[in-house]
Amino acid sequence: MSVLLEAQAVGKRFGGLQALSEVSLTIREGEIYGLIGPNGAGKTTFFNVLTGAYVPEAGRFAFAGDDLPLGKVDRIVRHGIARTFQNIRLFREMTALENVMVGRHVRTRVGLLGVVLQTRHARDEEAATAREALKLLDYVGIAAHAQTLARNLSYGDQRRLEIARALATEPRLLALDEPAAGMNATETAALKRLIEKIRQDGVTVLLIEHDVRLVMGLCDRVAVLDFGKKIAEDVPAEVQRNPAVITAYLGGAHRVQ
Amino acid sequence: MNDIAATLPFIGRRNPRAALILMIAVIVLAPIVASLFGRSWVRILDFALLYILLAIGLNLVVGFAGLLDLGFIAFYAVGAYTWAFLASPHFGLHLPVYIVLPLGASFAALAGLILGFPTLRLRGDYLAIVTLGFGEIVRIFMNNLTHPVNITNGPQGIDQIDGVSFFGWELNRRLSLGGGFGIDPIFLYYYLFLLCVVLAVFLVKRLQVSRVGRAWAAIRDDELAAKAVGINTRNTKLLAFAMGATFGGVAGGLFGAFQGFVSPESFTLMESIAVLTMIVFGGMGSLSGVIVGALALSFLPEVLRQIALPVQHALFGRVYLDPEVLRMLLLSLAMILMMLLRPAGLVPSHARYSHPLSPEEAKP
Repeated sequence: MSVLLEAQAVGKRFGGLQALSEVSLTIREGEIYGLIGPNGAGKTTFFNVLTGAYVPEAGRFAFAGDDLPLGKVDRIVRHGIARTFQNIRLFREMTALENVMVGRHVRTRVGLLGVVLQTRHARDEEAATAREALKLLDYVGIAAHAQTLARNLSYGDQRRLEIARALATEPRLLALDEPAAGMNATETAALKRLIEKIRQDGVTVLLIEHDVRLVMGLCDRVAVLDFGKKIAEDVPAEVQRNPAVITAYLGGAHRVQ
Repeated sequence: MNDIAATLPFIGRRNPRAALILMIAVIVLAPIVASLFGRSWVRILDFALLYILLAIGLNLVVGFAGLLDLGFIAFYAVGAYTWAFLASPHFGLHLPVYIVLPLGASFAALAGLILGFPTLRLRGDYLAIVTLGFGEIVRIFMNNLTHPVNITNGPQGIDQIDGVSFFGWELNRRLSLGGGFGIDPIFLYYYLFLLCVVLAVFLVKRLQVSRVGRAWAAIRDDELAAKAVGINTRNTKLLAFAMGATFGGVAGGLFGAFQGFVSPESFTLMESIAVLTMIVFGGMGSLSGVIVGALALSFLPEVLRQIALPVQHALFGRVYLDPEVLRMLLLSLAMILMMLLRPAGLVPSHARYSHPLSPEEAKP
């Protein structure tokens, strides 16, 4: 499998706190890659740096052969990285369908003039946008709620909608920030099936997750962050045995006994 | 137009077709009915249409893109002064409407960009304060640009501004239909302004259900998420400012031509707040709400002016409350009641940013 994303010695500092130091990892095309670590380890910071919400002080990202423009959120989306948020961020006053249509923004072109004149191209593109959005809602299983305002959707459906909106940007890498947070066992199982389906359809997935069972059952490879440093990167079974990981999660004290 | 007609009380939903016809009839006949009560009422109608145009423009910025603008009247001023400079004896220029109006709109759009650029990172209260300052800066400029070259003629303003004329047909002259019949300028301006409002409504409705309108709404709902789906928030916000300002500029130009006189006094902070109040009152983000709000709030003070004095005379034999004081009092009271009873405005926004799905699309 070819390498899709290569993070090279990425560093990010907030005042006196080194949130990320020299984090390097490689994500291969077509895999589900997990990023785990205790609270405050720097997982979400890594996400934000990767997707351009923060500008790193050090390091670079090579994505499908190109250097990612650091700190340029909209251009990174154009390169093919889409994300969801730990605390769901939908466009609350828009319907589910419209939320996904917004996701098509980067892959559509009509500008002010086309809209005002309602050119044939503009009308066709608008119809195609709606069609594709509907297809994606169907894909994640909430097509029945296409005309429901995002804020009125159930929690699980909101998570799905966020994934559909991210997929609408036609990403090669889908970055999910704790997608199972707050879900019950049934919802988590359904989410797992959805993520597997997304991978089968050719999208690489980067997953931050606290639900260890989900990560271990789903991911091909896992990286572990602790205090901003990568302490392990391997297949799930090996990571679970790794003493450094066990120490990071349970503390060093258990070894004293 | 259909969905605006649908918001008419009682008849709107039951018989949309009748509602539409009724609405068009009322709009067309309004100035004739108003003239029965006196010509000043037709003038008030004309100004109400200008306020609608302003409110539609401001709604684009505040209601759609969620950028609170307290200096919107500055764009109105830019449009009005552009007309005054280019079509009055002040500089001796008398350019025609199809040059002056687009120029006024462009200058206003430019002013919108100038305001938008430094405020890109501001939101909410902070943005409100900066835009408020911007509005005042423009007004103070108009007040003081008299030295070393007299540009704006200061507080005295500019008068004898040309009216609108199309290919030699002047709207400022009574249009004679022969046989002693004719149409007065105030009626002609009414229909001109009406045309502009209808055009604006069409334009805004097209923008709303489009890639552009959705991008604005996305920024309003969650700017970070909008960025994360790849929207260039900088350009999108600037576009909102410029588009809103364009409406303001057109309204300003028409105002100058209609009034024949502009001075900085017409562009105070209170005017900005009045337009904003219309939007909040009617229903932010809702096109029909904005129109209702603008109509209601431009008529309220005039009605008060006509009624308050005679009523007080009749009841108390003297005037206790000046109509102007009463206006502020009632306006504040109306706002408080609105916030308590209908916080989303008279006609709450059900703005949609996509076309309705056909039945076969709706069930995939």
